[in-house]
Amino acid sequence: MIRDITIGQYYPADSVVHRLDPRVKLMGTIVFLISLFLFDGFVGYIVATLFLGGAIWLSKVPLKFMLKGLKAVFMLLAISVLFNLFLTDGVVVVQIWKIKITREGIRLAVFMAIRLVYLILGSSLMTLTTTPNNLTDGMEKALAPLRRFRVPVHEISMMMSIALRFIPILLEETDKIMKAQQARGADFESGNLIQRAKSMVPILVPLFLSAFRRANDLAMAMEARCYRGGEGRTKMKPLQYQKRDYITYGIYIGYLLAVVGVNLIV
Amino acid sequence: MGIIKIKNLIHDYVRRDEEGNVEGKSRAINQVNLEVEKGEFIAILGHNGSGKSTLAKHLNVILMPTEGSVWVDGKDTSEDKNLWEIRQSAGMVFQNPDNQIIGTVVEEDVGFGPENMGVPTDEIWQRVDRALRSVNMIAYRHHSPNKLSGGQKQRVAIAGVVAMRPQCIVLDEPTAMLDPVGRKEVIETVRELNETEQVTVILITHYMEEVIHADRIFVMDQGRIVLQGKPKEVFAQVELLKRYRLDVPQVTELAYELKLAGIEIPDGVLTTEELVEALRCWKNSRRADVKQ
Repeated sequence: MIRDITIGQYYPADSVVHRLDPRVKLMGTIVFLISLFLFDGFVGYIVATLFLGGAIWLSKVPLKFMLKGLKAVFMLLAISVLFNLFLTDGVVVVQIWKIKITREGIRLAVFMAIRLVYLILGSSLMTLTTTPNNLTDGMEKALAPLRRFRVPVHEISMMMSIALRFIPILLEETDKIMKAQQARGADFESGNLIQRAKSMVPILVPLFLSAFRRANDLAMAMEARCYRGGEGRTKMKPLQYQKRDYITYGIYIGYLLAVVGVNLIV
Repeated sequence: MGIIKIKNLIHDYVRRDEEGNVEGKSRAINQVNLEVEKGEFIAILGHNGSGKSTLAKHLNVILMPTEGSVWVDGKDTSEDKNLWEIRQSAGMVFQNPDNQIIGTVVEEDVGFGPENMGVPTDEIWQRVDRALRSVNMIAYRHHSPNKLSGGQKQRVAIAGVVAMRPQCIVLDEPTAMLDPVGRKEVIETVRELNETEQVTVILITHYMEEVIHADRIFVMDQGRIVLQGKPKEVFAQVELLKRYRLDVPQVTELAYELKLAGIEIPDGVLTTEELVEALRCWKNSRRADVKQ
């Protein structure tokens, strides 16, 4: 299960979306996430679906691969859908004993589910098509003006890119530790919530230990390769806007206008 | 003067309690003298805790001498201003392949060193290209390091060092976490770099098979260099090596045992071919004896 999380993983492919400037993709993700909460009507969802679908199609990332990432957040999704479904007041459609399902409840539940799914798909599309280094480069450059206010922009982006690089490694390690503990009779599946949380302790302790050890090793390896902060550092892949990046910005504006327009008309 | 010169090096690890008072000292390196010439392939052997990794860390200024001094490419490691130049001229490859790869794509990781050095973008690409070619990993340049085998990861790490154009490469047990195939890949890559690019190599290991091609071998025990010389000379002293808890290569061991059993074989046999040849000689000479 733990390997199904696709957020933070890079899917290597050669597509327009992959080649876009990370700043553009970052902006696009933000625009898309905001737009999800801007509209309320049926048509709005169609526009968003077209936008997201088009982006996924252009990115050449298989939809199956993206949907696998949803498995990890299935519980969250199910809970929010159920809450919306049963706890919304309105015109009753079905009633069994004290539990009633209202028309508004169904509507809210469906829209909430779509919103959440799109939220995850949208943000994972960014990380799937952008190498973490590229992504943090984008953030570093986009946030560079903040350096004037003594915000350590380079350090933050370096930390993020390292964190992203180690997510799959630590996940694998968690898997390994879990199996090792299970082999010695640990039980992670039964018991109530508190018992289950307690049973995570023997996983977390070795995981943290090894994470610190890794951090130590990595810091040494980075120093050995002359890392000394952002000063005087050059870039292997410097960011420069291309024609396609400006076009994409144009598409964002078009998309936002469409969303707002749909909201006003419908 | 050689590329590396170590003079009377002493290194103490100091243990401190919570208030920072010295609780105890352990001497990891004790009076080590060593000189390495440009283009040499040096191997440092020793069992766990013999001080070999500590020694390696001195070459890259990760550690500083407690006493004595270390010069890399003519620069004293105890002077702050030399720090980055030394780290550039003595590249270091560590044991755990996962914990030394910073980039999420192979080529980005190889470019990390040159980026830190402030190399212009065009040249970074050239260097990355050449470095990946020299370790035969060019086909994997767009791959994620997580999907590579251990040996491949270690080759990427070597490329990352090569891209910095160092005078010498220090490999601190680069094969300890690899399977036999990966071990062979890495050692072959290192030998090739040494032969074709004339990079000085300092290989730290406890696998004997990996060092038979080295120009010189140093054996460390309890922080001292206890044995040094050409592979043949070192491996001739099977008993001594065993006392330092080191295994000799299987072939050497077999030859040694055969010799104990009374068969005339020269000391320090390193390869199977040599042993076969020695046995053939012995057989022929015996046949000659019988005929007489």
